Amino acid sequence: MARELQIREALREAMNEEMRADENIFLIGEEVAEYNGAYKVSQGMLEEFGEKRVIDTPIAELGFAGISVGAAMNGLRPIVEFMTFNFSLVAIDQVINSAAKMNSMSGGEFFCPMVFRGPTGSAGQLGAQHSQNFENWYANCPGLKVVVLSNAYNAKGLLKSAIRDNDPVIFMESEQMYGLKHEVPEEEYLIPLGQANIQKSGEDVTIVSFGKMMRVCEEAVVALAEKGIDAELIDLQTVRPIDYKTIADSIIKTNRCIIVEEAWPLASISSEISYMMSQMVFDHLDAPIKRVTTRDVPLPYAPTLVDAFLPNVERIVQAVDAVMYR
Amino acid sequence: MAKKKPGKQTYIDWFRMMMLIRRFEEKSAQMYGQNKIRGFCHLYIGQEAVAGGLMSAMEDGDKVITAYRDHGHALAMGIDPGAVMAELFGRVDGCSKGKGGSMHMFSKAHNFLGGHGIVGGQIPLGAGIALAEQYKGTKNVCFCFMGDGAVRQGSLHETFNMAMLWKLPVVFICENNNYAMGTSVERTTNVLDIYKMACAYDMPSEQVDGMSCEAVHEALERTADLARKGEGPTFLELKTYRYKGHSMSDPAKYRTKEELENYKKVDPIEVTRKEIIKKKWMTEKALDELEEEIEAEVAKAVEFADNSPFPEPDELYKDVYMEDYPFIVE
Ligand SMILES: Cc1ncc(C[n+]2csc(CCOP(=O)(O)OP(=O)(O)O)c2C)c(N)n1
Ligand SMILES: [Mg+2]
Repeated sequence: MARELQIREALREAMNEEMRADENIFLIGEEVAEYNGAYKVSQGMLEEFGEKRVIDTPIAELGFAGISVGAAMNGLRPIVEFMTFNFSLVAIDQVINSAAKMNSMSGGEFFCPMVFRGPTGSAGQLGAQHSQNFENWYANCPGLKVVVLSNAYNAKGLLKSAIRDNDPVIFMESEQMYGLKHEVPEEEYLIPLGQANIQKSGEDVTIVSFGKMMRVCEEAVVALAEKGIDAELIDLQTVRPIDYKTIADSIIKTNRCIIVEEAWPLASISSEISYMMSQMVFDHLDAPIKRVTTRDVPLPYAPTLVDAFLPNVERIVQAVDAVMYR
Repeated sequence: MAKKKPGKQTYIDWFRMMMLIRRFEEKSAQMYGQNKIRGFCHLYIGQEAVAGGLMSAMEDGDKVITAYRDHGHALAMGIDPGAVMAELFGRVDGCSKGKGGSMHMFSKAHNFLGGHGIVGGQIPLGAGIALAEQYKGTKNVCFCFMGDGAVRQGSLHETFNMAMLWKLPVVFICENNNYAMGTSVERTTNVLDIYKMACAYDMPSEQVDGMSCEAVHEALERTADLARKGEGPTFLELKTYRYKGHSMSDPAKYRTKEELENYKKVDPIEVTRKEIIKKKWMTEKALDELEEEIEAEVAKAVEFADNSPFPEPDELYKDVYMEDYPFIVE
């Protein structure tokens, strides 16, 4: 049986179920307990699990991220919530230099089974410091896994896998998507990390994306269908590791590919995929891969500039036209 | 340096500035309701005495930096209300050309080095601004504002230590309104007197009534003088209160009505108004007229903002680098 859940509810269910099953899991972050979460993801969790396991912190990301890494080294399984990933930059030293390195640096003596989660990306007119995507920054770092949800179904299945994973997982959500509803089964399920999902199969062109941009791509797929183009839409779900094979197999079928990403273009997930596809399926490509990213600038506040900055249906359709030489 | 106690003109200036901020912020809330202002918007209502005291205590050339709750500071620094409102509207005539929005007001001409969005991020910047003044051999100081939530950031500790070590001309000012979003000070620390955090660095520090322009003025003027004389930084904890939620989306259910009402009893605008009348510096009628003038000024600011255009899309690529830059275009 499936029912509709908001993404925030799906995330909450994932945490609740895992926390009921394993008492070493705890949730820590700003406003997660008494305020029920800045975006109400952790609503009711303080009530169920008590203050030992749902822990409010001061605004001290470096401190509570590091404290959580230490706790993970010593047998616990923290879920660290960043109010948004913009603020994770204050803590990034502990994520990169401690969590990601511990296993290797200690020769396997210590490992960090933990999740760092929170919203990523732009969320309207929030200005330059509150509108950033760091998926590729974290994905660049060996030792981490990086997951980006795109709907309530994968929100729950991926988060449960991330919590059970024995490596540090960066788990990225979206302020603008918490309220969106999708079908979620009643019965338990997991979605393995590192696997892309072919959300819609098609014959003419492969569109690769992840996260909030999946919504824009879905619209673009409809617009393309109206023009008689049958697009295949792939949701990466995990950007470290990347499921290159699913993308390559799709290109072998369609011979054309575009990548849509909410991030600055230089050294992005889309650059990475383009490189790997040129290695894996060069002979199958009928056109150079194109990408649609955000513009190569900090995101300003004004609405006209937000519109000009973000990938949109029009730009996706243009990119598809270009790889189809239409 | 014995300073004169603030007299008639200062009180009237305080009243004027605080009333301007109050009416401006009320208008901002209204404009937010009409979707003219978007994103995160943090109002200054309740904390106006801090801006009043700052305005009268600072000297030409002094610099100011603060966090994202910055409309009050921007107005107190003399930025035109029209330019602040236009910034809130995201228009080209805003003080940051519509690129900053509510959280990022800036004006070089007014020595306002900005509103900053990452909690605590401006604390080292404030010390750095002071370092530049010391380096250049000026007598200017930097007033570096932060919230009670911001003092929990590591940046504060690193900065306090260096600012003391190098005797930087900076006054660190914590506007303690007792809440960081929904979290009260009591829930984040065992050291409830925030000013005591400076003790670890032997930095002079004290608590000040942040609901009183006079108290804020006196403390800022005196500690800035110390900094000007080369005696280094001070940490001031101004006890104040925000009447509204953290931002436009916060219903502020974490506090009691009584707590709010108690602060409204010492509302700095009301207190100043009464003082002016008591001292017979202005009549009630004259103050009412002044209030109407201020309302007209705020209405004019809205009109100015409304008439200013949104930035053109090609503005995206301007103000990113100082020279031409080969941006990646798809
Ligand atoms: C490093 C960082 N973490 C979290 C946030 C989200 N955030 C924005 S304002 C705020 C509360 C700050 O409270 P305080 O410093 O007391 O300032 P006030 O809002 O009371 O003026 C938080 C947690 C942020 N902007 N930056
Ligand atoms: Mg506060």
